[in-house]
Amino acid sequence: MLTMILKRLLLAIPSLIGVVIVTFLLTRALPGDPAAYFAGPAADKAAIEQIRVKLGFDKPLIVQFFDYVGDLARGDLGNSLTTGQPVAAEIRARLPASAELTLLGLIVSVLIAVPLGIMAATRPGSWIDHFCRVLTTAGVSLPVFFTGLILVYVFYYQLGWSPAPLGRIDVFATTPPSVTGFYLIDSIIARDFGMFRASFNQLILPAMTLAIFSLAPIARMTRASMLAVLSSDFVRTARASGLKPSTVIVTYAFRNAMLPVVTTLGMVFSFLLGANVLVEKVFAWPGIGSFAVEALISSDFAPVQGFVLTMAVMYVALNLLIDVFYGIIDPRVRMEG
Amino acid sequence: MKRRDFLKSVTAVAASGAVSAPAVFSPAKAQSRAETLLIVSESGPNNVDIHGVGTNVPGYEVSWNCYDRLISHEMKTVDGTAYYDRDKFKPELAEDMNVGDMSATFKLKKNATFHDGTPVTAKDVKWSLDRAVSVGGFPTFQMSAGSLTKPEQFVVVDDHTVRVDFLRKDRLTIPDLAVIVPCVMNSGLVQKHATEKDPWGLEYTKQNTAGSGAYRVASWTAGTEVVMERNDKWVGGPMPKVKRIVWRMVPSAGNRRALLERGDADISYDLPNKDFVELKGAGKLNIISTPYSNGIQYIGMNVKIPPFDNPKVRQAIAYALPYQKIMDAVLFGLAKPCFGAPAGKATEVAWPQAHGFNTDIAKAKALLAEAGFPNGFETTLSFDLGFAGVNEPLCVLTQESLAQIGIKVTINKIPGANWRTELNKKVLPLYTNVFSGWLDYPEYFFIWCYHGKNSIFNTMNYQSKEIDGYIDGAVTAAANGDKPAYEKDVKGFVDVAFADMPRVPLYQPYVNIATQKNISGYQYWFHRRLDYRALVKA
Repeated sequence: MLTMILKRLLLAIPSLIGVVIVTFLLTRALPGDPAAYFAGPAADKAAIEQIRVKLGFDKPLIVQFFDYVGDLARGDLGNSLTTGQPVAAEIRARLPASAELTLLGLIVSVLIAVPLGIMAATRPGSWIDHFCRVLTTAGVSLPVFFTGLILVYVFYYQLGWSPAPLGRIDVFATTPPSVTGFYLIDSIIARDFGMFRASFNQLILPAMTLAIFSLAPIARMTRASMLAVLSSDFVRTARASGLKPSTVIVTYAFRNAMLPVVTTLGMVFSFLLGANVLVEKVFAWPGIGSFAVEALISSDFAPVQGFVLTMAVMYVALNLLIDVFYGIIDPRVRMEG
Repeated sequence: MKRRDFLKSVTAVAASGAVSAPAVFSPAKAQSRAETLLIVSESGPNNVDIHGVGTNVPGYEVSWNCYDRLISHEMKTVDGTAYYDRDKFKPELAEDMNVGDMSATFKLKKNATFHDGTPVTAKDVKWSLDRAVSVGGFPTFQMSAGSLTKPEQFVVVDDHTVRVDFLRKDRLTIPDLAVIVPCVMNSGLVQKHATEKDPWGLEYTKQNTAGSGAYRVASWTAGTEVVMERNDKWVGGPMPKVKRIVWRMVPSAGNRRALLERGDADISYDLPNKDFVELKGAGKLNIISTPYSNGIQYIGMNVKIPPFDNPKVRQAIAYALPYQKIMDAVLFGLAKPCFGAPAGKATEVAWPQAHGFNTDIAKAKALLAEAGFPNGFETTLSFDLGFAGVNEPLCVLTQESLAQIGIKVTINKIPGANWRTELNKKVLPLYTNVFSGWLDYPEYFFIWCYHGKNSIFNTMNYQSKEIDGYIDGAVTAAANGDKPAYEKDVKGFVDVAFADMPRVPLYQPYVNIATQKNISGYQYWFHRRLDYRALVKA
């Protein structure tokens, strides 16, 4: 197992180097001119040039690249011009916000989608199967910003059940002392249950929005994989041996159907983490996606590079984690590994 | 449900243990709610120092409220809104201003202190003004607009007296000392954080306020919120009423509106015009609309690119633009028209003012035929995607209207980050843009936008000896206080601009602010951002 992890990590190094080079070149190929953008509306050519020199964009590309790599080696991802903060600090502050939201959304999604998929698979063609189909189709075809705005409209604007969509905490609450950066966990550590409830309330609507969107792949994959497993020989044998249907489904079929579901989960998670920009926009969530998009719009190079690099590292880590899970779920994978 | 009832009921519900919302859990918090102003807007500052590299416009707002200048403006009332008085100055850090022929002397308030308690001295003032003219970029540019360019111009007379020497006679020098840039900083504190690479301590002031202003930044999470607290020892003016300002960034305009309508947010600006009109109609909030001072949205034509080198073509365009449609369908009436002055109306000594053109397709066609384009021509109309909400429909309407006189227009959308680069190249044949100047003087607008020295704001590449003569004349006349000559020259350059029409003024945009009914004290400033010091929450 350990050798497998090491081997995988070694293999990841060339791809990370590739990511560094490609993002550097791609950001430089963007049409915008950051010096002109940040010089402000009232800047003349001289002022723009001064800014360009200050930002180091007057140097040849290759010099800029080696500066960047040098900084990177020291763990310095550069400064964001849009927020004025070091990119590393921004990502450290924002990644937990995105991860907390995405994880909670994914948990809600799994809690709904997996049972739904299993029930749909055990009774194909029944009302629950159709219900599953309708729900997943609707979930995947409604754009997230639309679902988000509808939820805000109904639960905040009309009913007043949900707190104002103002980000992670209410305006008058203070953040819990940061340990993990996950407010739910930090507030438990600080034994501040009022804070826990407040941040949980803020999370409900955005997490629901994400859950509705990510239901489809998980439910469909669970259903398909369960159907395949349920029609296989060992399940027939188990049934013929007179085992209880619940034992057959949960103990035998479900574990074997898990593999593709876990793969899908990994994919959905990493996809959501980067792609929930719209949810973050709607709920004023200080996450990593909206940060990257804002930087992109103002051709602010450093955050874009930092974001892509972080995402690449996370993909590598996540894939590794999923492979480890495979080993736990399916001993055959472990042997081959 | 009224706001107060709502808060009460929420407190009651929360107390009974149910999971419910706006987390006002205790009376103490309700108290702080009453003393706190919640402002929501789309974007926040990237730097709290206006001298910083690339400080954005929201950053100016922090600087305005957290730093003092030597002088500021008095207020007057225009159309029921408090409006800064361009011509009347009041002391802020100074207690006395004495303007002589070639210099101005300022006596500082003796009891003025910075946020950390150190007294404000003449040395701090000089250091701050030196910084403004030396750091480069926007602050230095803005200072030079008032002929303030050299550190030698700022002289420490004694501990509490500063003299500003004039480089030349310039009417804009004193007004330029009342804009946001010449703010006074705690030089000792900033110098402590200065390094060899960063002699002006820009890295420190980027994150921290080091001023003597009415508010100081208590916490700032970039892109999320800025919390500012009142400086109870402020001597720059009457003590502000609001203790705490919480400024939250809410990117979705729909949510900003919902927050206002639910009574959770106190103030928001930058909503789409349509929302402002609907909110005004609903009557639950105060909506204040004020035209930009010295600011105009216009259609520009590059006079170096044929066929726009022909004045007849430019006039034809000016007759073919769908002015009223733009006012109604794009702006929902929230703008001040700059077109359709009645025929024979005398030119005013004012800017912006309306020109005599209005939509008249027949006249436009005739002019185009006269210019030798009876069948029209093809061109590209460019706009800044960063302001697509207004620009896109405006350009589509223009495209339709120009098609009627045979001009085939292709629309070119340019991303916000790229807009200035493209505009500064001066290669766009036809485009729409906004220009506005902080200093509200006609000649100031014309120096930048029409003068033959061809600044970057002369986006039309326009050159005219005649207009240069009038502009230079007006600048000299203003400096010498020669009123009749000044009025003649202002009328002169406005007339040339409207006859030659290198750019067609469309309208003065509005600054729109929505507040709860219990908020009062909004003031319009040349920088168009909020002044917290006058705001009151009942």
